Amino acid sequence: MATLPESAKVVVIGAGIVGNSLSYHLARLGWTDIVQLDKGPLPNPGGSTGHASNFIFPVDHSREFADITLDSMKQYQEMGVFTESGGFEVARTEERMEELRRRMSSAKAWGIPAEIVTPEQVVEKVPFLDPSVIVGAAWFPTVGVVDSLRAGTIMRERALEMGALTVVPNVEVTGMTVVDGRITAVETNAGTIAAQTVVVCCGVWSPKVAAMAGAKIPLTPAVHQMISVGPCEVLASRPGEISFPIVRDMDTFCYERQHGSDMEVGSYAHRAILHDPETIPSIEQSALSPTELPFTSEDFDPQLEQALELMPELLGDESAQIRYAINGLLSLTPDGYPILGETPEVKGLWSAAAVWIKEGPGTARAVAEWMTHGNPEIDLGHSDIARFYPHQRTRAHVKARTSEAFNKTYGIVHPAEQWSSGRGVRLAPMHQSQQALGAVFFETAGWERPHWYESNAGLVEKFGDACMPREHEWDSRWWSPIINAEHLQMRETAALVDLSAFAIFDVVGPAALAAVQQVIVAQADVKVGRVVYTPVLDSRGGFRSDLTVMRLAHDHFRVVTGGAHGMADKKWFADRMPEGATVVDVTSAYTTIGIWGPKAREILASVTSADVSHAGFPFGTCREIEVGNLSVLASRISYVGEYGWELYTPMEAGAALWDRLLEAGGPHELIPAGIGVYGTTGRIEKGYRAYGYELDTERTLAECGMQRPKIKDQDFIGKEAIVAQAAEAPQTVLCSLTVDDHTSASGVKRYMLGGEPIVTRDGGQLTDGHGHHPYVTTAGSAPSLGKHVLMAFLPPDQAVVGNQLAVSYMEELYPVTVAANDATPLFDPENLRIRGLA
Amino acid sequence: MAEVLVCVKRVPQATTEPVITADGLGIDATMTGSTMSPHEECAVELATQIADATQGSATVLTLGGAESVDQLRDALSVGVTAAVHIEADPAAFGPADVARAIAEVVRAKAATGAPYDVVLLGNDAADTGDFQVGVRVAYALDWPVVAGCSTVAVDGSVASCVADGPEGTGVFEVALPVVATVLEGGVEPRYPSLMGRMKAKKVAIETVVPGFTPAGSGRVGLALPPPIPNEVEILGQGASAAPAVVAVLKELGVVR
Repeated sequence: MATLPESAKVVVIGAGIVGNSLSYHLARLGWTDIVQLDKGPLPNPGGSTGHASNFIFPVDHSREFADITLDSMKQYQEMGVFTESGGFEVARTEERMEELRRRMSSAKAWGIPAEIVTPEQVVEKVPFLDPSVIVGAAWFPTVGVVDSLRAGTIMRERALEMGALTVVPNVEVTGMTVVDGRITAVETNAGTIAAQTVVVCCGVWSPKVAAMAGAKIPLTPAVHQMISVGPCEVLASRPGEISFPIVRDMDTFCYERQHGSDMEVGSYAHRAILHDPETIPSIEQSALSPTELPFTSEDFDPQLEQALELMPELLGDESAQIRYAINGLLSLTPDGYPILGETPEVKGLWSAAAVWIKEGPGTARAVAEWMTHGNPEIDLGHSDIARFYPHQRTRAHVKARTSEAFNKTYGIVHPAEQWSSGRGVRLAPMHQSQQALGAVFFETAGWERPHWYESNAGLVEKFGDACMPREHEWDSRWWSPIINAEHLQMRETAALVDLSAFAIFDVVGPAALAAVQQVIVAQADVKVGRVVYTPVLDSRGGFRSDLTVMRLAHDHFRVVTGGAHGMADKKWFADRMPEGATVVDVTSAYTTIGIWGPKAREILASVTSADVSHAGFPFGTCREIEVGNLSVLASRISYVGEYGWELYTPMEAGAALWDRLLEAGGPHELIPAGIGVYGTTGRIEKGYRAYGYELDTERTLAECGMQRPKIKDQDFIGKEAIVAQAAEAPQTVLCSLTVDDHTSASGVKRYMLGGEPIVTRDGGQLTDGHGHHPYVTTAGSAPSLGKHVLMAFLPPDQAVVGNQLAVSYMEELYPVTVAANDATPLFDPENLRIRGLA
Repeated sequence: MAEVLVCVKRVPQATTEPVITADGLGIDATMTGSTMSPHEECAVELATQIADATQGSATVLTLGGAESVDQLRDALSVGVTAAVHIEADPAAFGPADVARAIAEVVRAKAATGAPYDVVLLGNDAADTGDFQVGVRVAYALDWPVVAGCSTVAVDGSVASCVADGPEGTGVFEVALPVVATVLEGGVEPRYPSLMGRMKAKKVAIETVVPGFTPAGSGRVGLALPPPIPNEVEILGQGASAAPAVVAVLKELGVVR
């Protein structure tokens, strides 16, 4: 075995599926002098890879997960360690059948073969399943199993053959050396190794290892129970490891997976059993391995009976014995996504953690690309380690959210479903007033944000059918017609919107202008008092963010961005600051209140002596104004298509400003409006794109219809790319579509919620220039148009206004028409309202 | 129609490096889980074989807290049909106390008119290794005892106990009732079936309380021996290493 070198270009800690795949992909991308460590022996050092059930269902409601999984499957296939078995998700209830239909939508959207089948069709392939227990199933023919240990060995061997890798097993990391915020060395029980780049691929141990450098990887080890029953005669009579499809018994949160002559039964139904990374036993202290903990049979007993119901003969066979039973450890995160990227705390220290077998090789490729040139081909926006706010990194938060999520692993989770744990953490200064107004709070990044106000319920009567009520429980879950009523009232009078969740950071210093100029697409060298809305691109021209920048002084810019993505944006800026410029987070210093609508000007004028006329306070400008004795930074922009302002005031004065505006607005019928209006209805009528929905690193300005009439002279990140893109036809085009008829086969009107595939009128698949199939990126009511509007990227030849297509929702087709094939708003296309001309 | 009582003890799952509890008196099972000793697994298998062969029945007994019911259920899931739980703090009971408590149960059963014919125990406990409970039970009951048996079979009123010793294999034919302690290796303990596991859940367990105050074990503390150095020997590379691997497997008794 190799001895520990004194230095390395990069140290990869961990030899599970992630570390092994990463070592290979780094070598493939040209890295040399890679040193990979593990405290255990090879090829199975004792982590979660060693006991994984190793099957892959490619379907997921998340595009990021689906794409990473598909890439992983390709890599496993290329290595010859993938066996296709097919897989069923069986339903015992009608409610589950509906969820399976919804999964068909996601499968079609991501290009994964899938179909709904009858119990009889299941039994044709799985003869030992009792068809009377189920009402139907989804069939996924490309499901399969992999040999993840063999895959890891192949990956390491390839990197070794390239001469790029040294592997040192049986060496435990005991410390990290950090100098001036940068990693410089890894300390082990076999000596110290100097390195400027270190990747933590330590699975359930990742938090413990990262903590040695002062960084946080907020995952928790959690138990997944699994037993293996055999030998079963019917299984033993077939050759190979797997010859029957894998069955997911969705309603009991269990799976049955053949493994040779044994049947493995795994469960996500038991109570959440969480561990701490620090108390996982060593290899020597373990009965089996550190991640195969003692089976707690009382937690599994209910699943035995349910499994027996589904496969009575096979599992009821007295000669088939429970030969293996473990509480296997795996990694869970508070939001369900992996934790990838350079840690915000320590330069050069990377995380590739909370990754399961089905995502391992794909994730490793993407992280290696990120480490090499900064641009992973598959967007990793949801998995970026920089996404967490400080409270989200606390162990209490991680445990609360993972406990709540565990039983939802196979659950039916509504796309708008809210967490019940870890709430009430970040409260806006006007929170009490909002409670008094009957706010229904949704959570964003820990903030409690009113989604609508019950105090506006009377408006539903006022506007009647224009509120576009939804008949079906699923479509109206986590939704209210009050949102649409608030929208209509805002368009008629004015609305006050709490935007405290904005992330706000200042770029200051003598080099502030140069710094901002380099990062944003828009011209940063504007007069003090100008506000610019701008994309932020990576070097390929993919979206890293879109946000607004106010120039407050010659050497002072204020960046305002969405709460959900705020921390990642902050890191993006901070990582790119030249000498003489620095990023200062002021998120907790300021609250933001939006006031918009035809009466906004009158209302604001009634509480300030400042000139708030269109001429005196033009669109796209900001300035300090006095609202009585409150100092307010007013910025005349809008995300809802109305005349008005974002008003910034110190957090502690926010409640006072809110109350005064509510009071002053009373005679003008001003209402408080929730994020339902701000985030969906107001924005979709205006065709505004949102980061994380329409915009991500896989999309370009041209594809989003956001080409600049003029590209600024100064250099900025992505400039070369967008110049090149401007000369080419886009591969895909972001469009707004309207739903022409909502009537389902049963007569109930259905309203899409997002994620559904767009197909031809007769159901034919569409494919854009990237090989992607169109899906709904945002869906929502456009009450002022009386239409349900969908946004989707379409193949350029289909992106024609008036083109008639269809949306597939719960396995039924609904006719849709392309209403815009660029950023032209469907409502008030001339922007007369924002400009104060309407 | 032999009535067999098999006695088991809840012990921590074996590991290379045991973790001693904070009080220094026991082995921490938090991260290893608990089980019965391998000797006792074989005793349970022999008990069910005797019961099956004689159309008799097998009962499992343990002395311990509420958690030790897990080990009773484990035995119930592989063919034992009844269980007795001597509810007591196992740490307070030394081997002499345990033997006394078992003897009490055996006498009480005899008083019902349906006595146990065979009492099986493991040769020694995997955690404390006292090697004496079986002999003490026999002494208390004034029964014959055969220690270190690899198999035990019953034919009519005679038990045939096979024990391997340094001189060879000894076969002891002993008139019932008899106590036998079992060494692992003579029979292959079985794993539970799913049905066995479910049946075991439904069996009512008889709970008894010892009728005396235990004297304790007199143990003052446990200490770990120095760790065994981890030696790695490279047997070879690729296919040419196969004969060396086979030789090691034969040496370990994994293949014959």
